[in-house]
Amino acid sequence: MDKKYGVYICEGCSISDSLDVGALKDVAGEEGLTAKTHAILCGSDGVDFLKKEIEGGVNTLILCACSRRVNHDVFRFEGCIVDRVNLREGVVWPHPRSDFPALTEEEKEDEDNFDRVQMMAEDYLKMGMARVEKVDLPEPYKLDSFTNKILVIGGGVTGMSAALDAAKAGYPVTIIEKENQLGGAALNWRSQLPVSDPYETLIAPVAEEKIKAVEAHPNITVKTGTLLARLAGQPGEFLATLKKPGEKIEFDVPYPLPDEMKVDEKGKELDAETLHKKYMEYNKGRKDILTLDPNGDKFGAVVLAAGWKPSKIEGEAYTHLGVGQYPDVVTNAQFEQIAKSGKIKRPSDGKKAKSVVFIQSPGKDEDDSDFDFAGSVTSMVSLKQAKYVRDDYDDGKAYIVYQHMRTPGLNENFYKSLQQDPGIFLTKGNVVSVAKNDGGLMVEATDTLLGEKLKIKADMVVLAAGMEPATNDDPVVNLAYRQGPGFRDISLFDGFCDSNFICFPYETQRTGIYAAGAVRRSMTTEEAMEDAAGAALKAIQCIESSNRGVAVHPRSGDMTFPDFFFQRCTQCKRCTEECPFGALDDDAKGTPKPNPTRCRRCGTCMGACPERIIGFADYNIDSIGSMVKSIGVPSEDDYTEPPYRILGLVCENDAYPALDIAGLNRLSYSADVRLIPIRCLGSMNVIWIKDALSQGMDGVFLLGCKHGDDYQCHFVKGSELADIRMKKIGDALASLALETERVAQFEVAIDEYDKVPKIINDFVESIEELGPNPFKGF
Amino acid sequence: MTNDNTAPASGSIMVVGGGISGLTTALEAAEVGYEVYLVEKNPYLGGRVAQLNQYFPKLCPPTCGLEINFRRIKDNPRIKVFTQAEIEKVDGNTGNYKVAVKINPRYVNENCTCCGDCAQACGIELNDEFNFGMSAKKGASLPFEMAFPSRFVLSSQIIGTEDAQKAKTACKYDAIDLDMQPKTLDLSVGSIVWATGWEPYDASKIDNLGFGQYDNVVTNMMIERMAAPNGPTKGKIERPSDSKALESIAFVQCAGSRDENHLPYCSYICCMASLKQATYVRERYPDAKIYIFYIDLRAPGQRYEKFYKNIKADENVFFIKGKVAEVSEDQATKNVTVVAENAVTGEKTSQTVDMAVLATGMQPTAANEKLPADLKYNTDGFIINDFEKGGMFAAGCANKPADVVSCNQNATGMALKAIQTLARK
Repeated sequence: MDKKYGVYICEGCSISDSLDVGALKDVAGEEGLTAKTHAILCGSDGVDFLKKEIEGGVNTLILCACSRRVNHDVFRFEGCIVDRVNLREGVVWPHPRSDFPALTEEEKEDEDNFDRVQMMAEDYLKMGMARVEKVDLPEPYKLDSFTNKILVIGGGVTGMSAALDAAKAGYPVTIIEKENQLGGAALNWRSQLPVSDPYETLIAPVAEEKIKAVEAHPNITVKTGTLLARLAGQPGEFLATLKKPGEKIEFDVPYPLPDEMKVDEKGKELDAETLHKKYMEYNKGRKDILTLDPNGDKFGAVVLAAGWKPSKIEGEAYTHLGVGQYPDVVTNAQFEQIAKSGKIKRPSDGKKAKSVVFIQSPGKDEDDSDFDFAGSVTSMVSLKQAKYVRDDYDDGKAYIVYQHMRTPGLNENFYKSLQQDPGIFLTKGNVVSVAKNDGGLMVEATDTLLGEKLKIKADMVVLAAGMEPATNDDPVVNLAYRQGPGFRDISLFDGFCDSNFICFPYETQRTGIYAAGAVRRSMTTEEAMEDAAGAALKAIQCIESSNRGVAVHPRSGDMTFPDFFFQRCTQCKRCTEECPFGALDDDAKGTPKPNPTRCRRCGTCMGACPERIIGFADYNIDSIGSMVKSIGVPSEDDYTEPPYRILGLVCENDAYPALDIAGLNRLSYSADVRLIPIRCLGSMNVIWIKDALSQGMDGVFLLGCKHGDDYQCHFVKGSELADIRMKKIGDALASLALETERVAQFEVAIDEYDKVPKIINDFVESIEELGPNPFKGF
Repeated sequence: MTNDNTAPASGSIMVVGGGISGLTTALEAAEVGYEVYLVEKNPYLGGRVAQLNQYFPKLCPPTCGLEINFRRIKDNPRIKVFTQAEIEKVDGNTGNYKVAVKINPRYVNENCTCCGDCAQACGIELNDEFNFGMSAKKGASLPFEMAFPSRFVLSSQIIGTEDAQKAKTACKYDAIDLDMQPKTLDLSVGSIVWATGWEPYDASKIDNLGFGQYDNVVTNMMIERMAAPNGPTKGKIERPSDSKALESIAFVQCAGSRDENHLPYCSYICCMASLKQATYVRERYPDAKIYIFYIDLRAPGQRYEKFYKNIKADENVFFIKGKVAEVSEDQATKNVTVVAENAVTGEKTSQTVDMAVLATGMQPTAANEKLPADLKYNTDGFIINDFEKGGMFAAGCANKPADVVSCNQNATGMALKAIQTLARK
């Protein structure tokens, strides 16, 4: 686009009281631009003024006013590039003249005096002008082929619910189920926990009616006895290869080489072509991920509802419970099967089981945890199964020994309804032993509500095994992605395909694939059906967004996507490896193949690339680099005691808002820093730091979110990757004879606006102690 | 045109309630491509979570997610937000509703630049409900720093007073309009999602626990505000009577919940909330003794279980299984004594502490005032969803007590249920 620039300075919100607007206009003038002022740019008169300017041909606006976080909609002009120079929250508010006095007329006469705040404003204007030169209006990425079909993996209640919900909204769905019939785990149930008000009585398993509804729906295709061999492609055009269980086919997904096979005898990383050769040998009989299955089925998005299996209770930790010794000690899943096939009889001799003890927690050692993968479901299930005992035998007795009865929310109603039953005994207790006794079993517990020591005679003992997610030992989705076939980092969630985000529970590291039901968390049928609706919505949304060529969460609607200048690619693979979303697949030579609809536009690839060949239309190495280069770095040639100049690269999602709020609260920090918002710290390319230091800036800091297991990065890995890059840059600095302390990274949460000024000031002080950058002035 | 997903004008969705559930439903539907009206009674979005200091189990600030959600709204012209708005009437039926939305005056228009001069000009101090009365606010105020819309609001309490005039005079941007009147909009929508949320159960109704009688008995929501950097104490947790640092604190679980005289159900979040608040106390007081009185500790799921385990490892956190029978105060020291029967040992346990926190439960907003629409409620005031009938749905805690993550799952699903109603028209 042929850019016609306009610089506009708002005089409101004490900007003109605090700053020398005339001098600011001169700064624009030095770039050959005429800056215009307005009393209140965001007011209707101000906006009309801007619109007239646009009618007059201006299409690239540099608005010197408030933060881009506010008046976002007011200053949105179709077809125009708008840059927001943050004079209000970034300059005037956090640097009030009471703390940072302006120069008096007398002081102005001495050229050795300077006004830090005015300098800051002028730099920000220069940075804004530099940036707009380097950015373009984005155009959406359009897929060549596109389908709105949804693939649902798993034909249990969750999968069927998701399929029905998506189909009812008008989307075609295919369900694949590994067993030969639909229904999943619920097929083995005698009855089911309540799913709606009043949550008091057991109901018939909902699986039956779901099966009927699925089979009757014209928009749903069911493929039983079917597995996903591989899922290639990207949202909007996933390519699925389906197969029968047990089959070995050439489109079975290949696995990445284990790390130890990626190096030679000396521990040196092998070159790309050797690696690829080894990888093909390692995956003998399987096609590379980039080989597309000509007979594959196309899908726009995927719901992963692969479900669960009963967690195993075995090994030494459970010998006190008689596990492996007594056939009448069973898990809740085994008990359910017994109950499903008729009146409850004990496995050892077929005798009626009229006294059953349900054990919720392994007990022993005062540990009050439930069995692995329990969630709150196993408490509910034990109540359900206690009811079976009572339903089958008038004189039946069910004992539930628990540490904590977990019936959260309205499930409490079900718990309460059973408390009325005189044949159901509920007590807290540590189970210390299950032993053989007089033709049956004896359960011994301590610290119970019924006494210090409790002994219960039992015909059967039922252990509350949890729900182990299908993804715990099998990738299931079998992604033909270079990063590997499964969801990433799910060991954080004990193998569940859960999201790390409380606010955005469907967001994972794999765009377009949404987990639902027990594969996400141990949950009840009611929760699973709700979860299925959510996952179906996200699948639909991803399809529609891909079709419009825009990003999904968290940069929903973003039309930019990474662009690669492949001629200069050195096949280092860093982008492929570091992308949190596995959006890139490299070929046999190591050249990345982008999959734009997998991409979430964080810019991690751009930050990783040592050749700096990756960028976005409105955000690239050059746009930020030019901002860095436009910052004035005064030296002793300019002033006897020149001010320090420190660059801060600030995550726009959390740290930048925190700084805005610091400004709103008039919390002041050093006026010698220059802050640049970036999409995510993961997009930070170290060239910016090197540029800053080599042009004489005295220090550089990154401000981003917390990393670690409870990471807050909206792009999962940004601040963690930046941290790794920063550690490496230390060596580069040392070789330049610059102290490594000149660069640093700080963590800040969005609500820690009260701490940000101190973080900045402490860093500035530490730089002042080091003294000026020796490169300054060269 | 039965499956047209390009959202015809009559195919809009209304979401009532701009808390985390309503925001989620509205955004998820809008990002599919539907027109959404988001109606919120407060002058800001965010609802209850905006008042929280941190979420469990990650201990991250709710404003982090809200910021992203607000940005999604700003970027999405398909969402129209009405604040200080309430539903007056819903007519029509599934797929075709006429809704009367009353918009109460903000007295501040879009010229507002958030400069804050109006607040400085005001003299009268009002009770700040956002902080549960623990601080005062001016008649002109910004609800909280990250509020969306980021615009000041004038309390109706100062209209007609000198303060209102002072605020108007102070405004350099002609942003204050004291003549603003309530207005009613008639909107046609195909589907309505009620995300009307919850109220903390009124702790003063629980006579034996001393709230409202003793200064140093507070609620869990009050602790959230105290711990928040933008709260009444700027993040300090001190006891209200004398701002003394804490040496000990007690958490009283099921304060109202699981109690036939109050809320018969479990409020789902209070166990985790108290465990989380124990971390707030620990962060500020490394040696304080923390006593948690509970019936059952409900930390469902692997992640919550891990969180609970970490807190159990703290040797100065004591868990006592027993329902609290009474809280009393020593008039001289203002210390409070929590009395419970230890359910295991049967002994009466009595613990004197600097301050007690009542883990009050959640009551659906509709429990106290039914909504002006044809909805079915359970005996506790939670809205019962009728998916067969469709058209109107409850999301989040309007439907049942739940934690934030479950609310967001539920609210995402409800966006699809609403879309289905439009699609099958």
